[in-house]
Amino acid sequence: MLPGPEDHRVSEAGLLELSIGELAAKLARREAASEEVTRLALARIEATDGRLGAFLRVTPERALEEARASDRRRSRGEARGPLDGVPLALKDILLTEGVETTAGSRILRGFIPPYDAAVAERLRAAGAVTLGKLNMDEFAMGSSTENSAYRPCRNPHDLGRTPGGSSGGSAAAVAARQAFGSLGTDTGGSIRQPAGFCGVVGVKPTYGRVSRYGVIAFASSLDQVGPMARTVGDAALLLGAIAGHDPRDMTSSERPVPDYREGIESGVAGLRVGVPREWFQGGADAGVEGRVREALATFERLGARLVEVELPHAKYGIAAYYLVATAEASSNLARYDGVRFGLRAEGKGLREMYGHTRDQGFGPEPKRRIMLGTYALSAGYYDAYYLRAQKVRTLVRRDFDRAFESCDLVAGPVSPTVAFPLGEKISDPLQMYLADVYTIGCNLAALPGLSVPAGMHAGLPVGLQLIGRAFDESTLLRAARALEREVGPAPAPRAIG
Amino acid sequence: MALSTEEVRHIASLARLQLEPEEEARLAGELSAILDYVRQLEELDVAGVEPMTHALAGEGTPLREDEVKESLSPQQALANAPAREGTCFRVPRIIE
Repeated sequence: MLPGPEDHRVSEAGLLELSIGELAAKLARREAASEEVTRLALARIEATDGRLGAFLRVTPERALEEARASDRRRSRGEARGPLDGVPLALKDILLTEGVETTAGSRILRGFIPPYDAAVAERLRAAGAVTLGKLNMDEFAMGSSTENSAYRPCRNPHDLGRTPGGSSGGSAAAVAARQAFGSLGTDTGGSIRQPAGFCGVVGVKPTYGRVSRYGVIAFASSLDQVGPMARTVGDAALLLGAIAGHDPRDMTSSERPVPDYREGIESGVAGLRVGVPREWFQGGADAGVEGRVREALATFERLGARLVEVELPHAKYGIAAYYLVATAEASSNLARYDGVRFGLRAEGKGLREMYGHTRDQGFGPEPKRRIMLGTYALSAGYYDAYYLRAQKVRTLVRRDFDRAFESCDLVAGPVSPTVAFPLGEKISDPLQMYLADVYTIGCNLAALPGLSVPAGMHAGLPVGLQLIGRAFDESTLLRAARALEREVGPAPAPRAIG
Repeated sequence: MALSTEEVRHIASLARLQLEPEEEARLAGELSAILDYVRQLEELDVAGVEPMTHALAGEGTPLREDEVKESLSPQQALANAPAREGTCFRVPRIIE
Protein backbone atom coordinates (compact mmCIF):
# COMPACT_ATOMS: atom_id res chain seq x y z
CA MET A 1 0.00 0.00 0.00
CA LEU A 2 1.23 3.51 -0.75
CA PRO A 3 2.25 5.40 2.36
CA GLY A 4 0.59 8.69 1.34
CA PRO A 5 -3.13 7.94 1.52
CA GLU A 6 -2.54 5.59 4.44
CA ASP A 7 -0.93 8.39 6.46
CA HIS A 8 -3.73 10.71 5.48
CA ARG A 9 -6.34 8.26 6.77
CA VAL A 10 -4.50 7.85 10.02
CA SER A 11 -4.31 11.58 10.63
CA GLU A 12 -7.99 12.03 9.79
CA ALA A 13 -9.02 9.21 12.06
CA GLY A 14 -6.69 10.76 14.62
CA LEU A 15 -8.56 14.07 14.71
CA LEU A 16 -11.96 12.43 15.05
CA GLU A 17 -10.61 10.22 17.84
CA LEU A 18 -9.84 13.22 20.04
CA SER A 19 -11.92 14.07 23.08
CA ILE A 20 -13.58 17.50 23.12
CA GLY A 21 -10.96 18.62 25.62
CA GLU A 22 -8.11 17.52 23.33
CA LEU A 23 -9.74 19.02 20.25
CA ALA A 24 -10.29 22.31 22.09
CA ALA A 25 -6.58 22.43 22.93
CA LYS A 26 -5.65 21.76 19.28
CA LEU A 27 -8.04 24.44 18.06
CA ALA A 28 -6.67 26.88 20.64
CA ARG A 29 -3.10 26.19 19.49
CA ARG A 30 -4.27 26.65 15.88
CA GLU A 31 -3.04 23.14 15.00
CA ALA A 32 -6.45 22.41 13.52
CA ALA A 33 -9.27 24.58 12.23
CA SER A 34 -12.94 24.05 13.01
CA GLU A 35 -13.74 23.95 9.29
CA GLU A 36 -11.25 21.11 8.79
CA VAL A 37 -12.61 19.08 11.71
CA THR A 38 -16.21 19.76 10.69
CA ARG A 39 -15.48 18.54 7.13
CA LEU A 40 -13.95 15.36 8.55
CA ALA A 41 -16.99 14.76 10.77
CA LEU A 42 -19.37 15.36 7.84
CA ALA A 43 -17.34 12.97 5.67
CA ARG A 44 -17.44 10.37 8.44
CA ILE A 45 -21.23 10.73 8.67
CA GLU A 46 -21.50 10.46 4.89
CA ALA A 47 -19.38 7.31 4.85
CA THR A 48 -20.98 5.51 7.80
CA ASP A 49 -24.51 6.69 8.43
CA GLY A 50 -26.14 4.70 5.65
CA ARG A 51 -25.38 1.64 7.78
CA LEU A 52 -25.63 3.24 11.24
CA GLY A 53 -28.76 5.39 11.02
CA ALA A 54 -27.75 7.79 13.79
CA PHE A 55 -28.91 10.93 11.98
CA LEU A 56 -32.37 11.89 10.80
CA ARG A 57 -31.01 15.07 9.22
CA VAL A 58 -27.51 16.30 8.47
CA THR A 59 -27.07 20.05 7.97
CA PRO A 60 -23.66 20.36 6.26
CA GLU A 61 -24.01 23.90 4.95
CA ARG A 62 -25.10 25.29 8.27
CA ALA A 63 -22.36 23.33 10.07
CA LEU A 64 -19.63 24.62 7.75
CA GLU A 65 -20.93 28.17 8.10
CA GLU A 66 -20.79 27.86 11.89
CA ALA A 67 -17.30 26.32 11.65
CA ARG A 68 -15.98 29.16 9.51
CA ALA A 69 -17.52 31.74 11.85
CA SER A 70 -15.74 29.98 14.72
CA ASP A 71 -12.41 30.05 12.85
CA ARG A 72 -12.87 33.77 12.16
CA ARG A 73 -13.59 34.45 15.85
CA ARG A 74 -10.48 32.54 16.78
CA SER A 75 -8.26 34.41 14.34
CA ARG A 76 -9.53 37.68 15.87
CA GLY A 77 -8.68 36.33 19.33
CA GLU A 78 -12.36 36.21 20.27
CA ALA A 79 -12.84 32.46 20.77
CA ARG A 80 -15.66 31.80 23.24
CA GLY A 81 -14.20 28.88 25.17
CA PRO A 82 -13.56 25.16 24.88
CA LEU A 83 -16.68 24.35 22.82
CA ASP A 84 -16.00 26.99 20.18
CA GLY A 85 -15.72 25.20 16.84
CA VAL A 86 -16.44 21.70 18.22
CA PRO A 87 -18.83 19.62 16.03
CA LEU A 88 -21.79 18.30 18.05
CA ALA A 89 -25.24 16.96 17.22
CA LEU A 90 -28.68 17.21 18.81
CA LYS A 91 -31.45 14.70 19.47
CA ASP A 92 -34.35 15.48 17.16
CA ILE A 93 -36.60 16.29 20.13
CA LEU A 94 -34.77 19.62 20.62
CA LEU A 95 -36.16 22.50 18.57
CA THR A 96 -33.74 24.10 16.12
CA GLU A 97 -34.80 27.33 14.47
CA GLY A 98 -35.15 26.86 10.71
CA VAL A 99 -34.14 23.16 10.80
CA GLU A 100 -36.84 20.47 10.57
CA THR A 101 -37.55 18.86 13.95
CA THR A 102 -39.75 15.75 14.11
CA ALA A 103 -39.15 13.97 17.45
CA GLY A 104 -38.86 10.86 15.27
CA SER A 105 -42.58 11.07 14.44
CA ARG A 106 -44.47 11.14 11.18
CA ILE A 107 -46.92 13.60 12.72
CA LEU A 108 -44.20 16.29 12.79
CA ARG A 109 -42.71 15.64 9.36
CA GLY A 110 -41.82 18.98 7.79
CA PHE A 111 -42.15 20.94 11.03
CA ILE A 112 -39.74 23.90 10.98
CA PRO A 113 -39.46 25.40 14.48
CA PRO A 114 -39.64 29.20 14.69
CA TYR A 115 -37.21 29.22 17.63
CA ASP A 116 -34.33 27.30 19.25
CA ALA A 117 -34.50 25.15 22.36
CA ALA A 118 -32.68 26.82 25.27
CA VAL A 119 -29.97 24.13 25.13
CA ALA A 120 -29.41 24.70 21.39
CA GLU A 121 -29.20 28.43 22.08
CA ARG A 122 -26.63 27.87 24.82
CA LEU A 123 -24.44 25.60 22.68
CA ARG A 124 -24.60 28.13 19.85
CA ALA A 125 -23.62 30.91 22.27
CA ALA A 126 -20.63 28.76 23.31
CA GLY A 127 -19.59 28.61 19.64
CA ALA A 128 -20.34 24.92 19.04
CA VAL A 129 -20.98 23.62 15.52
CA THR A 130 -24.19 21.61 14.99
CA LEU A 131 -23.89 18.76 12.48
CA GLY A 132 -27.58 17.79 12.44
CA LYS A 133 -30.44 16.08 14.21
CA LEU A 134 -30.23 12.62 15.73
CA ASN A 135 -32.47 9.58 15.43
CA MET A 136 -34.68 8.57 18.33
CA ASP A 137 -37.71 6.56 19.34
CA GLU A 138 -40.87 8.44 18.37
CA PHE A 139 -41.51 11.13 21.02
CA ALA A 140 -38.73 9.49 23.09
CA MET A 141 -40.99 6.50 23.73
CA GLY A 142 -38.86 3.39 23.59
CA SER A 143 -35.62 1.74 24.63
CA SER A 144 -34.18 0.65 21.28
CA THR A 145 -34.73 3.47 18.70
CA GLU A 146 -36.76 0.92 16.73
CA ASN A 147 -39.81 3.12 17.33
CA SER A 148 -38.36 5.84 15.10
CA ALA A 149 -40.95 6.52 12.39
CA TYR A 150 -38.10 6.99 9.90
CA ARG A 151 -35.53 4.22 10.32
CA PRO A 152 -33.94 2.16 13.05
CA CYS A 153 -30.54 3.14 14.40
CA ARG A 154 -27.90 0.46 14.90
CA ASN A 155 -25.22 -0.16 17.50
CA PRO A 156 -21.77 0.74 16.11
CA HIS A 157 -20.26 -2.16 18.08
CA ASP A 158 -22.58 -4.68 16.36
CA LEU A 159 -24.89 -3.57 13.55
CA GLY A 160 -27.34 -6.37 14.34
CA ARG A 161 -28.03 -4.86 17.76
CA THR A 162 -29.82 -1.84 19.12
CA PRO A 163 -27.91 1.25 20.27
CA GLY A 164 -30.55 1.52 23.02
CA GLY A 165 -33.09 4.29 23.25
CA SER A 166 -34.71 6.57 23.16
CA SER A 167 -31.55 8.69 22.55
CA GLY A 168 -30.05 5.89 20.41
CA GLY A 169 -28.85 8.24 17.67
CA SER A 170 -27.19 10.51 20.25
CA ALA A 171 -25.20 7.60 21.68
CA ALA A 172 -24.38 5.89 18.37
CA ALA A 173 -23.14 9.09 16.68
CA VAL A 174 -20.74 9.84 19.52
CA ALA A 175 -19.49 6.24 19.81
CA ALA A 176 -19.01 6.02 16.03
CA ARG A 177 -16.88 9.19 15.96
CA GLN A 178 -19.44 11.07 13.83
CA ALA A 179 -19.74 13.80 16.47
CA PHE A 180 -17.58 14.78 19.44
CA GLY A 181 -20.56 15.00 21.75
CA SER A 182 -24.33 15.19 21.65
CA LEU A 183 -27.40 16.03 23.64
CA GLY A 184 -30.14 13.57 24.49
CA THR A 185 -33.16 13.51 26.77
CA ASP A 186 -33.90 11.11 29.60
CA THR A 187 -37.41 10.43 30.92
CA GLY A 188 -36.91 6.87 32.20
CA GLY A 189 -33.34 6.08 31.17
CA SER A 190 -33.19 7.38 27.61
CA ILE A 191 -29.70 8.91 27.99
CA ARG A 192 -28.10 6.40 30.38
CA GLN A 193 -29.26 3.17 28.71
CA PRO A 194 -28.04 4.02 25.17
CA ALA A 195 -24.84 5.46 26.67
CA GLY A 196 -24.30 2.11 28.38
CA PHE A 197 -25.13 0.10 25.25
CA CYS A 198 -22.79 2.16 23.02
CA GLY A 199 -19.94 2.66 25.49
CA VAL A 200 -20.14 6.41 26.00
CA VAL A 201 -20.71 8.65 29.01
CA GLY A 202 -24.26 9.93 29.49
CA VAL A 203 -25.59 12.26 32.18
CA LYS A 204 -29.23 12.66 33.24
CA PRO A 205 -29.06 15.86 35.29
CA THR A 206 -31.21 16.63 38.33
CA TYR A 207 -34.78 17.61 37.40
CA GLY A 208 -34.69 21.40 37.01
CA ARG A 209 -30.94 21.63 36.32
CA VAL A 210 -31.26 22.07 32.53
CA SER A 211 -33.98 24.13 30.82
CA ARG A 212 -36.60 22.24 28.82
CA TYR A 213 -37.68 25.35 26.92
CA GLY A 214 -38.02 24.22 23.32
CA VAL A 215 -37.85 20.49 24.17
CA ILE A 216 -40.80 18.57 22.72
CA ALA A 217 -42.61 17.36 25.83
CA PHE A 218 -43.16 13.67 26.62
CA ALA A 219 -43.69 13.37 30.40
CA SER A 220 -43.18 16.76 31.95
CA SER A 221 -42.55 15.69 35.56
CA LEU A 222 -39.74 13.38 34.39
CA ASP A 223 -38.14 14.79 31.19
CA GLN A 224 -34.61 16.18 31.43
CA VAL A 225 -31.95 17.09 28.83
CA GLY A 226 -28.37 15.92 29.23
CA PRO A 227 -25.03 15.40 27.49
CA MET A 228 -23.42 12.35 25.90
CA ALA A 229 -19.69 12.22 25.20
CA ARG A 230 -16.73 9.87 24.96
CA THR A 231 -15.06 11.00 28.19
CA VAL A 232 -16.27 12.06 31.62
CA GLY A 233 -14.44 15.37 31.27
CA ASP A 234 -16.27 16.10 28.02
CA ALA A 235 -19.63 15.26 29.61
CA ALA A 236 -18.79 17.66 32.45
CA LEU A 237 -17.90 20.37 29.96
CA LEU A 238 -21.15 19.95 28.01
CA LEU A 239 -23.24 19.79 31.19
CA GLY A 240 -21.73 23.07 32.36
CA ALA A 241 -22.58 24.67 29.02
CA ILE A 242 -26.28 23.73 29.11
CA ALA A 243 -27.11 23.90 32.84
CA GLY A 244 -28.56 26.91 34.59
CA HIS A 245 -31.68 28.88 35.29
CA ASP A 246 -34.06 29.78 32.50
CA PRO A 247 -37.19 31.80 33.33
CA ARG A 248 -38.91 30.27 30.27
CA ASP A 249 -39.05 26.85 31.97
CA MET A 250 -41.04 27.13 35.19
CA THR A 251 -39.38 24.02 36.63
CA SER A 252 -35.91 25.46 36.08
CA SER A 253 -33.87 25.75 39.27
CA GLU A 254 -32.28 29.03 40.31
CA ARG A 255 -29.36 27.32 42.04
CA PRO A 256 -25.96 28.45 40.77
CA VAL A 257 -24.15 26.03 38.42
CA PRO A 258 -20.78 24.80 39.72
CA ASP A 259 -17.77 24.26 37.45
CA TYR A 260 -18.28 20.54 36.86
CA ARG A 261 -14.65 20.04 35.87
CA GLU A 262 -13.41 21.36 39.18
CA GLY A 263 -12.39 18.54 41.51
CA ILE A 264 -13.19 15.94 38.86
CA GLU A 265 -9.69 14.43 39.27
CA SER A 266 -9.80 14.25 43.05
CA GLY A 267 -10.72 10.57 43.19
CA VAL A 268 -13.04 8.56 45.39
CA ALA A 269 -10.97 8.14 48.56
CA GLY A 270 -13.29 8.52 51.54
CA LEU A 271 -16.43 8.44 49.40
CA ARG A 272 -19.24 6.14 50.54
CA VAL A 273 -20.65 4.21 47.57
CA GLY A 274 -24.10 2.77 48.20
CA VAL A 275 -24.77 -0.68 46.72
CA PRO A 276 -28.53 -1.34 46.54
CA ARG A 277 -29.23 -4.90 47.61
CA GLU A 278 -32.22 -5.14 45.23
CA TRP A 279 -30.00 -4.47 42.21
CA PHE A 280 -27.75 -7.44 42.87
CA GLN A 281 -30.23 -10.26 43.25
CA GLY A 282 -29.66 -11.94 39.92
CA GLY A 283 -31.75 -9.50 37.89
CA ALA A 284 -28.83 -8.61 35.64
CA ASP A 285 -26.98 -10.98 33.29
CA ALA A 286 -23.85 -12.48 34.82
CA GLY A 287 -21.57 -10.68 32.35
CA VAL A 288 -23.08 -7.30 33.20
CA GLU A 289 -23.06 -7.92 36.93
CA GLY A 290 -19.43 -9.06 36.66
CA ARG A 291 -18.25 -5.76 35.15
CA VAL A 292 -20.33 -3.79 37.64
CA ARG A 293 -18.87 -5.70 40.60
CA GLU A 294 -15.36 -5.12 39.23
CA ALA A 295 -16.11 -1.39 39.07
CA LEU A 296 -17.26 -1.47 42.69
CA ALA A 297 -14.08 -3.32 43.64
CA THR A 298 -12.09 -0.65 41.81
CA PHE A 299 -13.78 2.07 43.84
CA GLU A 300 -12.94 0.17 47.01
CA ARG A 301 -9.32 -0.26 45.97
CA LEU A 302 -9.15 3.49 45.33
CA GLY A 303 -10.23 4.21 48.89
CA ALA A 304 -14.02 4.40 48.67
CA ARG A 305 -16.15 2.53 51.18
CA LEU A 306 -18.90 0.26 49.87
CA VAL A 307 -22.10 0.48 51.90
CA GLU A 308 -25.08 -1.83 51.39
CA VAL A 309 -28.29 0.15 51.03
CA GLU A 310 -31.90 -0.81 50.43
CA LEU A 311 -34.33 0.48 47.83
CA PRO A 312 -37.38 -1.60 48.84
CA HIS A 313 -39.73 0.16 46.43
CA ALA A 314 -37.42 -0.07 43.42
CA LYS A 315 -39.37 -3.04 42.04
CA TYR A 316 -42.53 -0.93 41.82
CA GLY A 317 -40.76 1.75 39.78
CA ILE A 318 -41.68 0.47 36.32
CA ALA A 319 -45.37 0.16 37.18
CA ALA A 320 -45.49 3.66 38.69
CA TYR A 321 -43.50 5.06 35.79
CA TYR A 322 -45.71 3.63 33.06
CA LEU A 323 -48.76 5.20 34.68
CA VAL A 324 -47.25 8.64 35.39
CA ALA A 325 -45.38 8.91 32.08
CA THR A 326 -48.29 7.74 29.94
CA ALA A 327 -50.80 9.96 31.73
CA GLU A 328 -48.59 13.00 31.14
CA ALA A 329 -47.87 11.91 27.55
CA SER A 330 -51.58 11.58 26.75
CA SER A 331 -51.99 15.19 27.83
CA ASN A 332 -48.83 16.53 26.14
CA LEU A 333 -49.59 14.78 22.85
CA ALA A 334 -53.12 16.21 22.71
CA ARG A 335 -51.62 19.21 20.88
CA TYR A 336 -51.01 17.14 17.72
CA ASP A 337 -54.43 17.65 16.23
CA GLY A 338 -53.75 18.77 12.67
CA VAL A 339 -54.52 22.43 13.34
CA ARG A 340 -51.43 24.47 14.23
CA PHE A 341 -48.57 22.30 12.97
CA GLY A 342 -47.72 18.87 11.65
CA LEU A 343 -49.72 16.36 9.68
CA ARG A 344 -53.40 16.88 8.84
CA ALA A 345 -55.48 14.05 7.42
CA GLU A 346 -58.80 14.66 5.73
CA GLY A 347 -62.07 13.96 7.49
CA LYS A 348 -65.70 15.02 7.48
CA GLY A 349 -65.88 17.64 10.20
CA LEU A 350 -63.41 18.53 12.93
CA ARG A 351 -63.73 15.41 15.04
CA GLU A 352 -63.10 13.02 12.20
CA MET A 353 -60.14 15.14 11.05
CA TYR A 354 -58.63 14.86 14.57
CA GLY A 355 -59.17 11.11 14.66
CA HIS A 356 -57.67 10.40 11.24
CA THR A 357 -54.76 12.81 11.74
CA ARG A 358 -53.77 11.18 15.02
CA ASP A 359 -54.32 7.64 13.73
CA GLN A 360 -52.11 8.24 10.68
CA GLY A 361 -49.55 10.48 12.40
CA PHE A 362 -48.68 8.45 15.50
CA GLY A 363 -46.88 5.10 15.41
CA PRO A 364 -47.84 2.10 17.58
CA GLU A 365 -45.92 3.05 20.75
CA PRO A 366 -47.24 6.62 21.13
CA LYS A 367 -50.73 5.28 20.45
CA ARG A 368 -50.30 2.60 23.11
CA ARG A 369 -49.10 5.18 25.63
CA ILE A 370 -51.76 7.73 24.78
CA MET A 371 -54.36 5.01 25.27
CA LEU A 372 -52.90 3.80 28.57
CA GLY A 373 -52.52 7.37 29.86
CA THR A 374 -56.01 8.37 28.79
CA TYR A 375 -57.37 5.31 30.57
CA ALA A 376 -55.35 6.02 33.74
CA LEU A 377 -56.71 9.57 33.86
CA SER A 378 -60.29 8.77 32.86
CA ALA A 379 -63.31 9.07 35.13
CA GLY A 380 -63.31 6.49 37.90
CA TYR A 381 -59.69 5.38 37.40
CA TYR A 382 -57.68 8.50 38.36
CA ASP A 383 -57.35 7.58 42.06
CA ALA A 384 -56.62 3.92 41.40
CA TYR A 385 -53.91 4.55 38.82
CA TYR A 386 -52.41 8.03 38.47
CA LEU A 387 -52.81 9.18 42.08
CA ARG A 388 -51.58 5.85 43.48
CA ALA A 389 -48.57 5.95 41.14
CA GLN A 390 -47.71 9.47 42.34
CA LYS A 391 -47.82 8.22 45.93
CA VAL A 392 -45.53 5.31 45.05
CA ARG A 393 -43.20 7.89 43.57
CA THR A 394 -42.96 9.51 46.98
CA LEU A 395 -42.02 6.09 48.43
CA VAL A 396 -39.32 5.63 45.77
CA ARG A 397 -37.94 9.07 46.61
CA ARG A 398 -37.93 8.28 50.34
CA ASP A 399 -35.91 5.11 49.64
CA PHE A 400 -33.20 7.22 48.04
CA ASP A 401 -33.34 9.86 50.81
CA ARG A 402 -32.80 7.10 53.36
CA ALA A 403 -29.98 5.55 51.32
CA PHE A 404 -28.19 8.91 51.10
CA GLU A 405 -28.10 9.06 54.92
CA SER A 406 -25.41 6.37 54.77
CA CYS A 407 -23.79 6.93 51.37
CA ASP A 408 -22.78 9.74 48.99
CA LEU A 409 -23.90 8.07 45.78
CA VAL A 410 -25.53 4.84 44.65
CA ALA A 411 -23.91 2.52 42.10
CA GLY A 412 -25.21 -0.39 40.04
CA PRO A 413 -25.94 -1.62 36.54
CA VAL A 414 -27.54 0.63 33.92
CA SER A 415 -29.38 -2.23 32.20
CA PRO A 416 -29.89 -5.92 32.94
CA THR A 417 -28.20 -6.91 29.65
CA VAL A 418 -25.76 -5.64 27.05
CA ALA A 419 -27.27 -4.25 23.81
CA PHE A 420 -29.93 -6.69 22.61
CA PRO A 421 -30.52 -7.74 18.98
CA LEU A 422 -32.81 -5.58 16.86
CA GLY A 423 -36.29 -7.06 16.76
CA GLU A 424 -35.90 -9.03 20.00
CA LYS A 425 -38.30 -7.00 22.15
CA ILE A 426 -40.18 -4.86 19.66
CA SER A 427 -43.24 -7.12 19.50
CA ASP A 428 -43.59 -7.30 23.31
CA PRO A 429 -44.04 -3.82 24.82
CA LEU A 430 -43.89 -5.05 28.41
CA GLN A 431 -40.53 -6.81 27.86
CA MET A 432 -39.19 -3.55 26.40
CA TYR A 433 -40.43 -1.62 29.47
CA LEU A 434 -38.70 -4.08 31.82
CA ALA A 435 -35.33 -3.21 30.25
CA ASP A 436 -35.59 0.14 32.11
CA VAL A 437 -35.74 -1.47 35.56
CA TYR A 438 -32.56 0.15 36.96
CA THR A 439 -32.86 3.59 35.36
CA ILE A 440 -36.43 4.57 36.16
CA GLY A 441 -36.07 5.22 39.90
CA CYS A 442 -33.69 8.10 39.29
CA ASN A 443 -36.31 9.89 37.14
CA LEU A 444 -39.17 9.15 39.53
CA ALA A 445 -37.10 10.64 42.36
CA ALA A 446 -35.91 13.60 40.20
CA LEU A 447 -32.26 12.79 41.00
CA PRO A 448 -29.14 13.06 38.82
CA GLY A 449 -27.82 9.87 37.22
CA LEU A 450 -24.93 8.93 35.00
CA SER A 451 -23.72 6.04 32.89
CA VAL A 452 -19.99 5.45 32.45
CA PRO A 453 -18.22 2.64 30.55
CA ALA A 454 -17.22 -0.16 32.93
CA GLY A 455 -15.61 -2.55 30.43
CA MET A 456 -16.85 -5.01 27.83
CA HIS A 457 -18.79 -8.25 27.89
CA ALA A 458 -18.95 -10.50 24.81
CA GLY A 459 -17.54 -7.67 22.70
CA LEU A 460 -20.20 -5.18 23.83
CA PRO A 461 -19.97 -2.27 26.27
CA VAL A 462 -21.28 -2.48 29.83
CA GLY A 463 -22.29 0.70 31.66
CA LEU A 464 -22.03 1.47 35.35
CA GLN A 465 -24.84 3.63 36.68
CA LEU A 466 -24.25 6.21 39.41
CA ILE A 467 -27.11 8.09 41.07
CA GLY A 468 -26.54 11.04 43.37
CA ARG A 469 -28.23 13.52 45.66
CA ALA A 470 -30.27 16.26 44.01
CA PHE A 471 -27.94 18.78 42.32
CA ASP A 472 -24.84 16.76 43.19
CA GLU A 473 -23.77 15.94 39.63
CA SER A 474 -20.21 16.85 40.68
CA THR A 475 -19.80 13.79 42.91
CA LEU A 476 -21.09 11.50 40.13
CA LEU A 477 -18.63 12.98 37.62
CA ARG A 478 -15.77 12.70 40.09
CA ALA A 479 -16.49 9.01 40.75
CA ALA A 480 -17.02 8.29 37.05
CA ARG A 481 -13.70 9.93 36.24
CA ALA A 482 -11.96 7.80 38.87
CA LEU A 483 -13.30 4.67 37.16
CA GLU A 484 -12.43 6.00 33.70
CA ARG A 485 -8.83 6.52 34.80
CA GLU A 486 -8.67 2.83 35.72
CA VAL A 487 -10.63 1.06 32.96
CA GLY A 488 -10.34 3.68 30.22
CA PRO A 489 -13.05 4.69 27.76
CA ALA A 490 -14.77 1.93 25.76
CA PRO A 491 -12.75 0.81 22.71
CA ALA A 492 -13.61 2.40 19.35
CA PRO A 493 -16.43 0.42 17.73
CA ARG A 494 -15.23 -1.86 14.96
CA ALA A 495 -18.48 -2.85 13.27
CA ILE A 496 -18.79 0.46 11.46
CA GLY A 497 -15.25 0.57 10.03
CA MET B 1 -57.50 -7.18 34.06
CA ALA B 2 -58.99 -7.64 30.59
CA LEU B 3 -60.06 -4.60 28.61
CA SER B 4 -62.87 -5.22 26.14
CA THR B 5 -62.79 -3.94 22.58
CA GLU B 6 -65.74 -1.73 23.62
CA GLU B 7 -63.63 -0.09 26.34
CA VAL B 8 -60.72 0.34 23.95
CA ARG B 9 -63.05 2.08 21.51
CA HIS B 10 -64.28 4.39 24.28
CA ILE B 11 -60.72 5.31 25.36
CA ALA B 12 -59.71 5.85 21.74
CA SER B 13 -62.64 8.20 21.33
CA LEU B 14 -61.58 10.18 24.43
CA ALA B 15 -58.04 10.35 22.98
CA ARG B 16 -59.35 11.34 19.52
CA LEU B 17 -57.73 8.31 17.89
CA GLN B 18 -59.65 6.76 15.02
CA LEU B 19 -58.33 3.18 15.21
CA GLU B 20 -58.70 0.37 12.71
CA PRO B 21 -60.63 -2.67 14.05
CA GLU B 22 -57.54 -4.91 14.08
CA GLU B 23 -55.66 -2.18 15.98
CA GLU B 24 -58.44 -2.10 18.58
CA ALA B 25 -58.16 -5.85 19.08
CA ARG B 26 -54.38 -5.74 19.37
CA LEU B 27 -54.48 -2.83 21.83
CA ALA B 28 -57.09 -4.60 23.96
CA GLY B 29 -54.60 -7.44 24.46
CA GLU B 30 -51.52 -5.26 24.98
CA LEU B 31 -53.19 -2.80 27.36
CA SER B 32 -54.69 -5.65 29.37
CA ALA B 33 -51.22 -7.17 29.84
CA ILE B 34 -49.76 -3.81 30.93
CA LEU B 35 -52.65 -3.17 33.34
CA ASP B 36 -52.12 -6.62 34.84
CA TYR B 37 -48.51 -5.69 35.42
CA VAL B 38 -49.22 -2.31 37.04
CA ARG B 39 -51.74 -3.93 39.40
CA GLN B 40 -48.78 -4.83 41.63
CA LEU B 41 -49.03 -1.27 42.98
CA GLU B 42 -52.13 -2.44 44.84
CA GLU B 43 -49.84 -4.48 47.16
CA LEU B 44 -48.51 -1.26 48.66
CA ASP B 45 -50.09 0.52 51.58
CA VAL B 46 -50.12 4.17 50.50
CA ALA B 47 -52.42 5.43 53.24
CA GLY B 48 -51.11 8.78 54.47
CA VAL B 49 -48.48 9.03 51.70
CA GLU B 50 -48.48 12.37 49.90
CA PRO B 51 -48.49 12.13 46.10
CA MET B 52 -45.36 13.57 44.48
CA THR B 53 -47.01 16.52 42.78
CA HIS B 54 -43.79 18.55 42.67
CA ALA B 55 -40.75 16.69 41.42
CA LEU B 56 -38.45 18.66 43.73
CA ALA B 57 -40.01 20.54 46.62
CA GLY B 58 -38.66 24.06 46.93
CA GLU B 59 -37.25 24.17 43.38
CA GLY B 60 -38.63 25.94 40.38
CA THR B 61 -41.97 27.72 39.90
CA PRO B 62 -40.71 31.14 41.00
CA LEU B 63 -43.07 34.00 40.14
CA ARG B 64 -42.09 36.77 37.76
CA GLU B 65 -43.51 40.15 36.88
CA ASP B 66 -46.31 40.08 34.34
CA GLU B 67 -44.78 42.15 31.55
CA VAL B 68 -45.59 42.80 27.92
CA LYS B 69 -42.89 41.20 25.77
CA GLU B 70 -42.19 40.29 22.16
CA SER B 71 -43.59 36.94 21.11
CA LEU B 72 -43.96 35.04 17.82
CA SER B 73 -45.40 37.11 14.99
CA PRO B 74 -48.67 35.86 13.43
CA GLN B 75 -46.65 34.86 10.35
CA GLN B 76 -44.24 32.77 12.44
CA ALA B 77 -47.07 31.21 14.41
CA LEU B 78 -48.91 30.28 11.22
CA ALA B 79 -45.89 29.13 9.23
CA ASN B 80 -46.34 25.44 10.09
CA ALA B 81 -50.13 25.34 9.85
CA PRO B 82 -51.50 22.68 7.48
CA ALA B 83 -54.18 25.17 6.37
CA ARG B 84 -54.55 28.89 7.04
CA GLU B 85 -56.50 31.87 5.89
CA GLY B 86 -55.31 35.40 6.57
CA THR B 87 -54.09 35.38 10.13
CA CYS B 88 -56.23 32.38 11.14
CA PHE B 89 -55.79 28.60 11.33
CA ARG B 90 -58.29 27.02 8.96
CA VAL B 91 -60.21 23.99 10.27
CA PRO B 92 -63.10 21.89 8.96
CA ARG B 93 -66.59 23.19 9.66
CA ILE B 94 -67.44 22.84 13.37
CA ILE B 95 -71.14 23.78 13.40
CA GLU B 96 -73.28 21.86 10.93
